[in-house]
Amino acid sequence: MEQTAALTPRPAPGAIEFNQGKIARDMLIRRIGKIGLAFNPIFAYFFLWAPILLLVLFSFNDSRTVATWRGFTLQWYANVFNNVVGTEARFSTNLMLQSFGNSIVVGIVATILATTIGTMVALSLARGNFPGKRLLDGLLFLPVVIPEITQGISLLIFFNVVLDFVNQTFGTTAQLGFGSIIIGHVAFNVSYVAIVVRARLSDMNPKLEEAARDLGANEWRTFWRVTFPLIVPGVIAGSLLAFTLSLDDFVITFFVSGVGTTTLPVFVYGLLKLSVTPEINAISTLILLLSTLLIGTAMLLLGRDAVKL
Amino acid sequence: MSQQPQIDIELRNVVKEFTGRSGEFQTRAVDHVSLTIERGEFFSLLGPSGCGKTTTLRMIAGFEAASSGEILLRGKAVQDVPPFHRPVNTVFQDYALFPHMTALQNVMFGLEMENNIPRPEIRRRAEEALEMVRMTPSQFHRKPRQFSGGQQQRIALARALVKRPAVLLLDEPLGALDLKLRKEMQYELITMQNDLGITFIYVTHDQEEALTMSDRIAVMNLGKVLQVGSPEEIYETPNSRFVADFIGETNFLMGTVESHEGICATVRLDESTPIRASYRSEEALTNGQQVTVAIRPEKINIFAAEGSVKHDDGTSDEATAYREKLLRDPDIVMVEGRVEYANYIGTDTRYTIGFGNGQKLVMREQNFGLRNDTYYEVGSRVFIFWDYETARVLTH
Repeated sequence: MEQTAALTPRPAPGAIEFNQGKIARDMLIRRIGKIGLAFNPIFAYFFLWAPILLLVLFSFNDSRTVATWRGFTLQWYANVFNNVVGTEARFSTNLMLQSFGNSIVVGIVATILATTIGTMVALSLARGNFPGKRLLDGLLFLPVVIPEITQGISLLIFFNVVLDFVNQTFGTTAQLGFGSIIIGHVAFNVSYVAIVVRARLSDMNPKLEEAARDLGANEWRTFWRVTFPLIVPGVIAGSLLAFTLSLDDFVITFFVSGVGTTTLPVFVYGLLKLSVTPEINAISTLILLLSTLLIGTAMLLLGRDAVKL
Repeated sequence: MSQQPQIDIELRNVVKEFTGRSGEFQTRAVDHVSLTIERGEFFSLLGPSGCGKTTTLRMIAGFEAASSGEILLRGKAVQDVPPFHRPVNTVFQDYALFPHMTALQNVMFGLEMENNIPRPEIRRRAEEALEMVRMTPSQFHRKPRQFSGGQQQRIALARALVKRPAVLLLDEPLGALDLKLRKEMQYELITMQNDLGITFIYVTHDQEEALTMSDRIAVMNLGKVLQVGSPEEIYETPNSRFVADFIGETNFLMGTVESHEGICATVRLDESTPIRASYRSEEALTNGQQVTVAIRPEKINIFAAEGSVKHDDGTSDEATAYREKLLRDPDIVMVEGRVEYANYIGTDTRYTIGFGNGQKLVMREQNFGLRNDTYYEVGSRVFIFWDYETARVLTH
């Protein structure tokens, strides 16, 4: 004990001195940092939001040329629904509504399939115990990462090979169309749904499922009474995400759609090939509105629930 | 009531091995555990974290399958019975209440799973169970997150008990509660267990909790059951160094057996210090064997080597006379030492006494009067003594 006393560090004698210069400098840096923090997102988002805002703005612009503002009008929206788009004869409201209808049908069917499969994938990855599980878990992110163009081309080749084989074997005349678009959409949507639901499942306390089984529920009832109600916000969010992605998808649809099965984004692209007209601004604004509503609902569902649990 | 004790749970040589992710390593979480738990017993599995107590409980509940061995529930082997068909229920450490259901729905869940109980009865029994754990009807329709930890604990208890299980399993149920609430819940659990007569198997790492609540305790370490016995047996006659060390505070003195007879062994700590201690008659000692002597701090008494000794009854003795009087009792072991540390801890003062050739003992003396009356200065010469039966010879 005698030795330890000598080893103990002693407090410095006298009053404590502050370096006023250093304090002033650091306070200034802090103030600049605070201003920077406030402005940073504005700079970061400028190139994201400015074009979209311009698009929306010019869809109400009373001028055929895109560059200048001449006053407010709903003329272009009226044109879109009255079968007149500039001087372009190939536009027809009918065709537009038909491709919109196609988009909705493809979206709904693909969403239902992708949500079901995606949820099942998430469940097996979160709860299952089988060899190669970690590899599969990693592969889940593949469709999110690989370029859409690659996915589109690979799906096109795949469908050609399969359709050739089927047509030759069974003597049918199956071709690209709704089926191939839906399968293509399901293919990439499964990943998105699975990722969202998987996140939800790993947040869930696995003891809850044990508690249910302890209280006499078999696996089936445990799933429907405990697991599913707890992941349902994730399932809904995942399905809304899938529906939006499906509705907006251009690249993959472009590759795998057949003659006569045009979705809305592919239709709009067809119009663009000739010229950018204010009516296209109007259609794009409407698509934007629909997508925003869907994603907004998805985020609301996810967010509200994150607070609840 | 039959005199024959009825066995609720029996474990026969139960082993649980966990295999690593790619199968290259194995850990034995539970290592040949055999236990019999009688009906109506409050039985605790006590041990440090990772000792296999929770795994043992999970095997009884059915969440884990034993690698080998047998688990019998009222005489029937249950290895192949899934948890939802076993008449046991669990209170989980973190309660595991269903967050999307109200308190009442949580309690009703288990009865709904039984399929043959009419709805009004389910509701009535669930309400009864909640009332039994002192929840008020106004609280029945709240979600778990609106309750405090203690209240959630009660709901979890009601949810398990409403099933009228043969055995209730409790996995460190009070671990998350603060000290005061924990003491309250301990008392409530004991009362409830007495009233219901249900067998409780209680997993805890808190030795004080186990001593307070249990009829019997199994002390576990590294997957093995080291000792099974009543709290008194476990505390007073530990069978191993680990048990003595894990339960309460203990002094360990190392030495060699010089002679032994009956239950009394003389152990030489160093050249100058032979002491006597008791040993379990089933323990086969040999002279010259290396052993550990365990003595609890509160079993040791102290008096100053000089001056007079004040007794609790107000009388006093001259130190030398008192010493001679004590030494006439053959059961007393006494050594002379020096106070090395004095540590005031409120109810007691803890002294570290140095004696013999570098030996040390920690002892505690209750602070009866004002502290000054009984205080032994650091550096002062003292005598410490104890009954040889309270010192235990341990061979492992």
